[in-house]
Amino acid sequence: MNKSSNKFRHLVWPLVSLALLLLFNAIFTDNFFKIEIKKQDSAQAVQAPSGTVESPQPGTSWITPENYESVNDSVEAAANAATEEAGAAAQTVQDSAGQQAAPGKKDGKGVSIFGYYLYGTPIDILNQGSKVMVLAIGMTLVIATGGIDISVGAVMAIAGAIAALLISMLDAGTCIGAGMGPSVYWIIPVLAALVLTTLAGFWNGMLVAGFGIQPMVATLVLMVAGRGVAQLITDGQIITFDNPGLVFLCNGHALFLPFSVWIVVAMYVIFGLLTRKTAFGLFIESVGNNERASRYAGIEARRIKWLTYVICGFCAGMAGLLAASNIKCADSNNAGLNLELDAILATVIGGTSMAGGRFFLSGSLVGAILIQTLTTTMYMKNVSPAIVAVPKAMVVIIVCLLQSPVFRAKVLSIFASKAAKGGVQ
Amino acid sequence: MDLLQTKGIEKQFLGVKALKGVDFAVKAGEIHALMGENGAGKSTLIKIITGVYPASAGSVYFNGKECKFRSPLDAEHAGISTVYQEVNLLPDLSVAENICIGREPRTKLGFIDKKERKVQARKALARLDIDINVGENLSSYSIAIQQLVAIARALDVDCKLLILDEPTSSLDENEVKELFKVMKKLREEGMAIIFITHFLDQVYEVSDRITILRDGQLVGSYEAKDLPRIEMVAKMIGKTPDEINQMQAGIVKNTKFGDTVYEAKGIGRVGTISPVDVSIREGEQLGLAGLLGSGRSEIAQIIFGVDPHDSGTMTMCGKSVNFNSPQKAVKAKIALIAEDRKVTGIIPDLTIRENIMLALQASKGIWKTMTLKQQEEMAEKYIKLLRIKTPSGEQLIKHLSGGNQQKVLIARWLATNPKLLILDEPTRGIDVGAKAEIEALTQQLCGEGMAVIFISSELEEVVRDCDRVIVLRDRKKVGEVAGSDISLKNVMKLIAG
Repeated sequence: MNKSSNKFRHLVWPLVSLALLLLFNAIFTDNFFKIEIKKQDSAQAVQAPSGTVESPQPGTSWITPENYESVNDSVEAAANAATEEAGAAAQTVQDSAGQQAAPGKKDGKGVSIFGYYLYGTPIDILNQGSKVMVLAIGMTLVIATGGIDISVGAVMAIAGAIAALLISMLDAGTCIGAGMGPSVYWIIPVLAALVLTTLAGFWNGMLVAGFGIQPMVATLVLMVAGRGVAQLITDGQIITFDNPGLVFLCNGHALFLPFSVWIVVAMYVIFGLLTRKTAFGLFIESVGNNERASRYAGIEARRIKWLTYVICGFCAGMAGLLAASNIKCADSNNAGLNLELDAILATVIGGTSMAGGRFFLSGSLVGAILIQTLTTTMYMKNVSPAIVAVPKAMVVIIVCLLQSPVFRAKVLSIFASKAAKGGVQ
Repeated sequence: MDLLQTKGIEKQFLGVKALKGVDFAVKAGEIHALMGENGAGKSTLIKIITGVYPASAGSVYFNGKECKFRSPLDAEHAGISTVYQEVNLLPDLSVAENICIGREPRTKLGFIDKKERKVQARKALARLDIDINVGENLSSYSIAIQQLVAIARALDVDCKLLILDEPTSSLDENEVKELFKVMKKLREEGMAIIFITHFLDQVYEVSDRITILRDGQLVGSYEAKDLPRIEMVAKMIGKTPDEINQMQAGIVKNTKFGDTVYEAKGIGRVGTISPVDVSIREGEQLGLAGLLGSGRSEIAQIIFGVDPHDSGTMTMCGKSVNFNSPQKAVKAKIALIAEDRKVTGIIPDLTIRENIMLALQASKGIWKTMTLKQQEEMAEKYIKLLRIKTPSGEQLIKHLSGGNQQKVLIARWLATNPKLLILDEPTRGIDVGAKAEIEALTQQLCGEGMAVIFISSELEEVVRDCDRVIVLRDRKKVGEVAGSDISLKNVMKLIAG
């Protein structure tokens, strides 16, 4: 077997599964692959961050616990549905809040730099899957060191909370930087959220690498406490916002594609280069495979592990911003809920072993897309959200079985023996 | 009649033939030594006999019947038990639990009968003349006892053939004697024992017959008393006895020493090693001799910064240093090839190339990356230089035999161009040919001005290779011999005290 085919071997089964899933959709779902090119109308173009028109009034709104129930439902729906529904649902959030939302009913959705963008289910899948794709980058590196980070979902909530709080303060003019205007100052909450979540990752790394606590236990701390921290930040309320810059992250378009897709691409390029063009990736694999021997070889094993948790925190922050941007609000209870599991799943489907060692960022990317395709397919087939987990679990089992050499050998031997019997007859 | 017989066993791994038609037979009531260099196919043969791998061709007869074991458990039920080099037991369970695991005695209600379990465990150990508290955790006993517990567990099944794969490599002299007593006792009882070891003395001490494999082929089976030692070695490595004598005589000690490379004054660590002075010059080979647990490895660990020292000072090339991590030692150009290859040496799932470049890359840090071409050239160079047996540098290191893994580790450290090289038991568990190569290599490195600290349980090696020997007993330095005073007798005297 030559070298290049070895290099991509881990991608074969996830890609086969993805292809089968797409084939299913091609046959049974109408217009699944229909992609349209849409043009932006002028009213929406104004909403682009490059636009100079300022909101007539602060666009953030606070949702109080009284009407929380209805918000909660629609947020969930929004997180799961395709963009069209998501946009509408997010609208419901604002409507149900009884507050005046931003001018322009279709704000956010379809904002584009060049005025043209692609529109269709595959694009939706990429857009909706962007959160898990970003999470999976950090998760892959952590898992490759033999660790795990189950706090990323809660860290996403922190990112959303701090971003929403800051943007609401900026809109109200009670924070430094408000003078820059809403088309620029949205960068402040973005940076603040990323710094804060990177610190959260640093904390996880300290517990795991610094104090030698088992990764599952160490990150459990932040998984539980993180949502509390987010609640503290938002004072237990759901903050909605309509700052064009912040909304653009997950709803805007650039170069024909949703901007979130470009964020994913950028993150993969950055971390791909960081791990494969430097010795960082080798050290991660070495530490994950045999930590003690790595230390004996002169690798700062603790520092390497620590760094992966920091990166994981950063990725969770980015995913949290995308999640908040997607539904234009920060919901500490539901943002990123259970997404750590999807990220772990994407990593494992992508061929990275939970035991640590070899890791495959590209595999995790395919894994994340596979999971999102599955979810979207289910919603398009009108499977109730309550039972979506069941068919999802079945597909995951099939993918994992396909990846297992033992299982493949068993199946092949059954076929072989049947063929042999047939030959005798 | 033969208890176990194999006929024309062949085994292929990914196109490489590991065994090429091996016929092998063991009688009841004999201790049969299976000898061969690393990669000769001993382990593969054992694994086929015990059902770990299926054979590509050939058949295994046990008790006169043809057998195809699907798993080691299968073989165990038929009466073949195996004890591996590493103790494959559960350290946090009690001795009794370990012995009875998977076949616990039950009470009438189906619960585990804990009393009966202890009785059974004691009975199993009594067969080996061991009397220990079976309620204690296994990990509270020495490796030797653990090894014996593993054997007791193996015997507990109705066992007719016992396979011991390198059982003595982690035992000291007395413990080995104990083990041999047990083996002889079992032989009296009519059990057949297959014994694999790299210690030639031990082979002659207990074996009745010897079977030699080379490159996956049977060289022959001989009565132990009819096969002189030098001839056995010759058959193992495929050379004539004369050639071997030349190889051993070929070791020329370096006599020109340069400046002091490393000096430690009174370094020690409470509970690990009493303060000792160690100094070594360029081109010098310093031996650390002593029994297992005498503090040999502990000194190496302190020098390399694995364990911090709590007393004393160190200087490296005249500069005061203080290593609190291996990273710093590596940057100061010290290299340690540590004792336990599997735990502290190889990164099993990385390739040979990656394993070789690892230490050099670690000393360079994350950013100064070597290009793939540089890495490949380096791997290529050391594979040739150290004669590592592998199809390519892209092979995973876990697929290599022990001796070749050790060579990769030596390559890893030579690549960092160290000033001080510490070898802790570099020849353990590897074959005669590779041993001679490693000894010759260290001499050559000394000739090039490298300082080498050599730690070995085999005193002959220490005496043969070292220019100065520090002798340790009970975690204390008890003496030092140099130059022409180095002899087996003198070193032994110091060790015995």
